[in-house]
Amino acid sequence: MHSFSYAAPTSLGEAVTLLAGARGNARVLAGGTDLIVNMRVGRRKPELVVDGKRIPELNELSLTAAGLTLGAAVSCRRAYEHAEVAKRYPALVDSMSLIGSVHIQGRATVGGNLCNAAPSGDAIPTLIALGAQARVLGPNGTREVPVEEFCVAPGKTCLADDELLVSVHIPAPVANSGAHYLRFIPRNEMDIAIAGAGVSVVLDAAKQNFVSARIALASVGPTPIFAREAGALLAGKPINEDSIQLAADSAQAVAKPITDMRGTIEQRKHLVKVLTARALRGAIERAKGA
Amino acid sequence: MNMEPEYKPRKWRVLGTTPVRRDGIDKVTGQAKFGDDVHLPDMLHGKVVRSPHPHARIKRIDISKAMALPGVKAVITGADFPPLNQAVVAAGEGGSVSMQDIADNCIAKHTVFYDGHAVAAVAAENPHVAEEAAALVEVEYEILPFIQDVREAVKDGAVVLHDDYVPGAFLFPTQKALPNAGRLQLAAGDVEQGFKEADIVVEREFTTATVHQGYIESHITTCRWDSDQHLTVWTSTQGAFAIRDFLASILNLQLSQIRVIPMEIGGGFGGKDVVYLDPLAAMLAKKTGRPVKMAMTRAEVLKATGPSSGTYCRVKIGCKKDGTLVAADLYLLFEAGAYPGGPIAPGALCALTRYNIPNVVIDGYDVMLNKPKIKPYRAPGATQANFVVETVIDELAEKCGLDAIDFRLKNATVAGDRLIIGMPVPPIGTVEMLQAVKKHPHYTAPLGGPNRGRGVAYAFWFGAGLTSSCEIHVNADGTINLATGSADLSGTRMTLAMQAAEALGVPLDDISSSVSDTDSIGYTFQSVGSRTTFATGYAIIKAAEKVIEQMKQRVAMIWETDVANVDCTVESAGVADFVDRNDPHRRLHFKQVAARMDETGGPVSADYTANPHGVGFQIAANICDVEVDPETGKVQVLRFTAFQDVGKAVHPDYVAGQMQGGAVQGLGWALSEGYWYNKDGRLANSSLLDYRMPTSLDVPMIDTVILETPNLGHPYGIRGAGEVPIVPPPAAVANAIYRAVGVRMTTLPMSPGAVLEALWAKEGKPASVKVA
Amino acid sequence: MAKKTHVETTLNGEPREFLAEPRQSLLESLRDVMFLTGTKEGCNDGNCGACSVLLDGVLVNSCCVLGVEAQGRSIETVEGLGTADNLHPLQQAFLEETGMQCGICTPGFLMAAKALLQKNPNPSEDEARLWLAGNLCRCTGYDKLIRAVLKAGQVMAKEAA
Repeated sequence: MHSFSYAAPTSLGEAVTLLAGARGNARVLAGGTDLIVNMRVGRRKPELVVDGKRIPELNELSLTAAGLTLGAAVSCRRAYEHAEVAKRYPALVDSMSLIGSVHIQGRATVGGNLCNAAPSGDAIPTLIALGAQARVLGPNGTREVPVEEFCVAPGKTCLADDELLVSVHIPAPVANSGAHYLRFIPRNEMDIAIAGAGVSVVLDAAKQNFVSARIALASVGPTPIFAREAGALLAGKPINEDSIQLAADSAQAVAKPITDMRGTIEQRKHLVKVLTARALRGAIERAKGA
Repeated sequence: MNMEPEYKPRKWRVLGTTPVRRDGIDKVTGQAKFGDDVHLPDMLHGKVVRSPHPHARIKRIDISKAMALPGVKAVITGADFPPLNQAVVAAGEGGSVSMQDIADNCIAKHTVFYDGHAVAAVAAENPHVAEEAAALVEVEYEILPFIQDVREAVKDGAVVLHDDYVPGAFLFPTQKALPNAGRLQLAAGDVEQGFKEADIVVEREFTTATVHQGYIESHITTCRWDSDQHLTVWTSTQGAFAIRDFLASILNLQLSQIRVIPMEIGGGFGGKDVVYLDPLAAMLAKKTGRPVKMAMTRAEVLKATGPSSGTYCRVKIGCKKDGTLVAADLYLLFEAGAYPGGPIAPGALCALTRYNIPNVVIDGYDVMLNKPKIKPYRAPGATQANFVVETVIDELAEKCGLDAIDFRLKNATVAGDRLIIGMPVPPIGTVEMLQAVKKHPHYTAPLGGPNRGRGVAYAFWFGAGLTSSCEIHVNADGTINLATGSADLSGTRMTLAMQAAEALGVPLDDISSSVSDTDSIGYTFQSVGSRTTFATGYAIIKAAEKVIEQMKQRVAMIWETDVANVDCTVESAGVADFVDRNDPHRRLHFKQVAARMDETGGPVSADYTANPHGVGFQIAANICDVEVDPETGKVQVLRFTAFQDVGKAVHPDYVAGQMQGGAVQGLGWALSEGYWYNKDGRLANSSLLDYRMPTSLDVPMIDTVILETPNLGHPYGIRGAGEVPIVPPPAAVANAIYRAVGVRMTTLPMSPGAVLEALWAKEGKPASVKVA
Repeated sequence: MAKKTHVETTLNGEPREFLAEPRQSLLESLRDVMFLTGTKEGCNDGNCGACSVLLDGVLVNSCCVLGVEAQGRSIETVEGLGTADNLHPLQQAFLEETGMQCGICTPGFLMAAKALLQKNPNPSEDEARLWLAGNLCRCTGYDKLIRAVLKAGQVMAKEAA
């Protein structure tokens, strides 16, 4: 691994100062399961690694009436072992318990998954589907970024060099809503998603029709894709297979996968349709039980 | 090959029991020392510089920047190595190996032949500095066109790797046939006529991907020169003597100048039978005057060690409508990788030989292309050959309207039949095993759901004898020191001790069983070819007989009688008591005799070097249930039963462990493993993230049925057990997929993408881009 | 080259300090700095679990943790699990049930299984397989290994009762 300096600031201000001083040659370290591996193979070579785990705001895990604030350094394990988080955000648990293995989940964070900005990031479609916002801090203050705008290219985010992700905020679930994340991998664990679909739905009180839906896709574009149309078209539609297939077709239409060692264009386009439909069914089931 | 049967059955005292292995305690407490656990004072760390190009000429190497980095102590290239004295050496059982190829594979001299081929190496104070230094070595390449598809490699006008080459001779020699391929032809009868007599003919073509043994421990070696020009090597290897032999050749040393100490080994499966880092570490150690440790990263292991052949095969088999096989024609292109010597011979030999087929032609090719040099992987060549044949056999059975096992029973080779190479088949239990499959509850259990299917496959493998040495020393307290040269990959220290205990008639707990280095034991061939329990065990039994003879001499001295009057009860009673033939009340225990060794002539010990020929062969069968998700192509293995005849199971749990481990490797080969090269000829999936081996969540429990048809070539009936388990699973899975969703898979791995493509093809959808 | 950092940890219950450059992983720190070679390297990128340790009681891949991140934390490795005279039920079960062959993956599995049984003392086969999916074994095919873990769970449950 290249040689780098390591700092473990204990406040947000300190962190921002370090990042600003590094002029683009720093990376923030949360769980490390992406960054350390990337550094080892030379994919990322920061001169300074800023460990965020000693900053209180990055470790925040709080549930209020407004929703869930998940600090960027909160591990998947800590989040999914939290009974209320698991109860209110089962789709987030879907994502967090699919990232890598139990060992990875012991360190990896949702914030890190987002900042790594891989098109296959398992947490990202779920955050998008749940309407999450990313709270970003820089020398000029805080800004909120809808998660669907956070990743701009493979491995690249909207963060400026002197900004860091503090937390993600996920709105409180409304009545009659449900969400689900599904991905497809060749084995049963450990793999990067060949395709993934994160779906959230809001049903009417009678649970006969959709009120709204949000659908987001993994591994079928340079960034995770918010399939805006696919979700929007469900508003007012009856809950049945026809509607599900319509949404799945619409999601497939915005998928722009490539062929690589993990899958072909045809396979991914096909899977995205299958997974969207299955994730919709799962979200509907949860909404009906809610 | 007519041999006197060696088999002498008796009531076993130790064989067939399941004691806990003594060396296991160090393994569960983290105390066992593997290759990377060596730390020597003043030790440097080495790192290899590797070609990123699949085929290129080395024009220039500039090491100056690397040498200038603080902490760097030496940099070497191919030019630092002496020319070889001997280009080709014998390699056991009619095989031979090109030392020039091995030497060049360790470090290229003029041309690189695959992504990852070593071109230089550095030694530095720590691994990170070594890595930085390696990146500073400047290599100028003239990039050449490359070839990575076996079919392309045998075409006219294909890119040629070597202007001249020594054709590969792995088990059997091949003949030079094409610029990139040696050829092996086997034939019997008259295939043209045979196919005329066939009522049903099935012809299919197949491609299988390159796969790796996937041992969890990488390759590591530490080399140190002593002031008397003696080299000590600590390494994890399947054969310490092989490492010594190769090092002597490459470094131009005498064999007695080198001592190889085999560390505990974290998996080998055939892939750790040769030098890679050792000559480099030795040379760096010589140049720096300090010990040098070198370890491969996982990416280096996948790119630059020895995977097993990817293949292209055409199989045509014909039978009569009653199921009698009449003709088979196989065209087999097996990857050899960058240098000749892949497993086309054992693959071809095992492809059909468990069946009686009177008319056969096998046209096999050892094909060179720009991938790492292919190395043995647990029954090398047999899995690929078995997959392509057993799926066609399955199709024939279906077309005849015969039960899958009945078809195989009808055609199975039995004792007295001949193998394709003319050798008579000894009793190996083929019929008994196939009948056991049919009678097993798994065979007729309900599948319990849609898109589920059950497949079977039947397999054969040779196994090896070759040379093993051992020493048995009797201690004054009657305990035993047993030393062999056989690297212990999975518990053979214990199974060899068990054979010693049986042969000596002493308690198993009294035996200390160890693996010796090359200075401390006679020549022993590698732990490969399922030979350890068979051949080293054989040597131990013979040595034990010598010990018993010596003990009898001592008893004769004690009783002042003729040795002819002394009987030993080891064979009749399982324990070694010595009895006066003329006076049954006069008895001495083994321990009592041992206590008096000093006064009767000194310590008792015996050594034996054996090269037993009665190998006995291995057979296996699988029943496999799968469920296929037709929307995604995902195949889930629901239930798996493995059958195998092992002659005599020394430690039944270890035998079951071999069957289960090999089965799961076979399932990985079947469903998820395969090398993927990108358009620049670089290995894209060089990590365990994308080289996908089965996890515990991917496979069910593997039920095992152990059969015992004694191997007449071994005193205890033992036949090798370690390899054949990996052979039938891919075919069993493919046959199950067919019954589940009606598609015949002709590619490995049968990844979800491949299955989807097959389902789409069946539905008449147009074929799309080739899947991973 | 960055200067080495002085790291203070608790290792298998005892205070322990070591020096590491930031780029040295916890795995390297254990093996090459502190010479505790029980924890193994298999892939160095979080895909095989051979380097499993418990960090503040949480199962992690030590190759994906920097040595310097262990400052103030507690680490448990296989060396602290049990000794030849006093084997942990997991170690005993791996021996008795033939849960290992070459042994290179064993320390990783032992630590992962320890974490499993701490959290879920009586796991089903499926739960054990899911938890342990991040540890690769190439020799055993997992059958006897999983059985060993389940057996240890039963033994420990009895001892606790």
